Amino acid sequence: MTNSISLPSKFNQFLLAFKGVPAISIAILVTFVFFGLFGSFFLPYDPTEMDLMSAEKPPFWMTEGSTAHILGADEMGRDVLARLIGGASVSLQVSLVVILLAGSVGITIALLSGFIGGKVDAVLMMVTDIFMSMPYLLIAMVLAAVLGPSKNNIILILALLGWAGYARILRSEVLRLKDQDFVKLAEVAGCSKFRIMTREILPNIVNTLIIMATLQVGTVIIAESSISFLGLGVPPPEPAWGSMVADGRDFLTSSWWICLWPGLAILFTVLSCNLLGDWLRLRLDPKFRQIQ
Amino acid sequence: MPEKILEVKNLQTHFFTKSGVVKAVDGVSFHVNKGETLGLVGESACGKTITCLSILRLVPQPAGKIVGGEVILDGVDILEMTNRQMQEVRGDQISMILQDPMTSLNPVFTVGTQVAWPIRQHQKNIGKKDIWEKVKDMLHRVKIPSPEVRLNEFPHQMSGGMRQRIIGAMSLSCQPKLLIADEPTTALDVTVQAQFLDLIKSIQREDDLAMIMVTHDFGIVANVCDRVAVMYAGKIVETAPIRELFNDPRHPYTMALMASLPKMEEDLETLYSIEGQPPNLSNLPPGCSFLPRCEHAMDICKEKYPANSEVRDGHTVSCWLMEK
Repeated sequence: MTNSISLPSKFNQFLLAFKGVPAISIAILVTFVFFGLFGSFFLPYDPTEMDLMSAEKPPFWMTEGSTAHILGADEMGRDVLARLIGGASVSLQVSLVVILLAGSVGITIALLSGFIGGKVDAVLMMVTDIFMSMPYLLIAMVLAAVLGPSKNNIILILALLGWAGYARILRSEVLRLKDQDFVKLAEVAGCSKFRIMTREILPNIVNTLIIMATLQVGTVIIAESSISFLGLGVPPPEPAWGSMVADGRDFLTSSWWICLWPGLAILFTVLSCNLLGDWLRLRLDPKFRQIQ
Repeated sequence: MPEKILEVKNLQTHFFTKSGVVKAVDGVSFHVNKGETLGLVGESACGKTITCLSILRLVPQPAGKIVGGEVILDGVDILEMTNRQMQEVRGDQISMILQDPMTSLNPVFTVGTQVAWPIRQHQKNIGKKDIWEKVKDMLHRVKIPSPEVRLNEFPHQMSGGMRQRIIGAMSLSCQPKLLIADEPTTALDVTVQAQFLDLIKSIQREDDLAMIMVTHDFGIVANVCDRVAVMYAGKIVETAPIRELFNDPRHPYTMALMASLPKMEEDLETLYSIEGQPPNLSNLPPGCSFLPRCEHAMDICKEKYPANSEVRDGHTVSCWLMEK
């Protein structure tokens, strides 16, 4: 039997998949990830190297600027571009590790809590609620004061406070799905509880998880910046976008570029993540996948 | 003597709730022979679905519990099995079709993948290619047009009737001995209903499949079933071959059900209906549960539940009228 339905060729399908892609967001994020990973090979200067001769040097297009410091230099004469690139690596590490930790803990709790229910659910959700009600900046300050400021501590703090959101939202997804007939039919077909959790329910909440994760990249970068801004994050002289903004604050009237560039970097990275997350929300739902 | 695939003896499934014990299934006995269809008929909330779930040992947890009886599948009491053994039985020997085809398929997987799951689960030594062939074959059997294209599609791309046929393919993919169909056509429109029932019947004939058809539609009963068990308030009140049930119903409940069917030759303004409400299953009186609504109520009905008595071979009724 020949079928008369003509499907788009594999190549066309491949092209179709990229229709409506937020290209600019992806370009920005690719740049961010690229410099986060390989930035150390492109550093024009050592980001921690001070050179008081070129302190507060403006960007190259201004009268006093020079191409030696394209985006200018900060109050200690450190190259702003070099520090931006170095800060990308910090932000990337922090956001990826935090999301990985928070996401995997969150989804495990959500599955166990939603699927098993009863007392397990009650206890897990109580713990989740406790974590959700903690003011992260205050906790971060306390922990940073106790443990001393470091990159690892930031990761620990943000992961500790970040998983609860995943657990809450994904649990409600699990609850919605677990009473659907396909779960019952899977039981009828002889699937074990574990298999139903991993094979039937998990794939249905993965899209929510991915969307939450992309949106959380933004939140984590902001949180990391805020903590660094308060001087509790990545200890100086290692560059971080948040602490760069904080350092530049005092020179805002005379040398705006110290603040502006890291501020823009935060803005565009976070915005790109959110736009990408929004687009993924549509693409990952099988019902929308067919729309051309 | 036809071969008994399933025999249920005095099955009792109760729900332990805050407001007391709900006896959803209270001493149900019936059997299903090879290649035959047993209709399980009764109004909503009379325990039909719970009976079916009890056969699969999938009673809603934690409130529900099978408290007594035997469910013998091919000579083995499945209530004695371990959970792991039970998982081997489900999908492989007993399968089930549910009411709503719109939620019975997982929205994120293609239908081909889903039809393949029970085969993967139960026949571990089959290669990938053979599984795919089997899936194609199953879709062909349930009359999905151009199965090789359709098996790569997602559930939302199909109509309700098609989805129900896909579910049929899924539940029959391991050639079970018994298929439980829990109101499989309620969510379908009438023409699709008839197609689906014809399809099920033809597959049943080919595979010599035993089937339990849960329904409250006597049209489906007449069309599909060989024997019928009528349930009321967690008990089976009458079991009879299909013709006998329609021609010679003995239990007052069955008689009332028959009387409430509209007839072609009569031109009625209002249909006959059974007065009153079905009883609360958590607080049943000691006597017959149908008593408050029965037209033939007697004194003895209040005191004791009537025993099962045989009218003819294969036709049993639980009613004091029989004892007279």
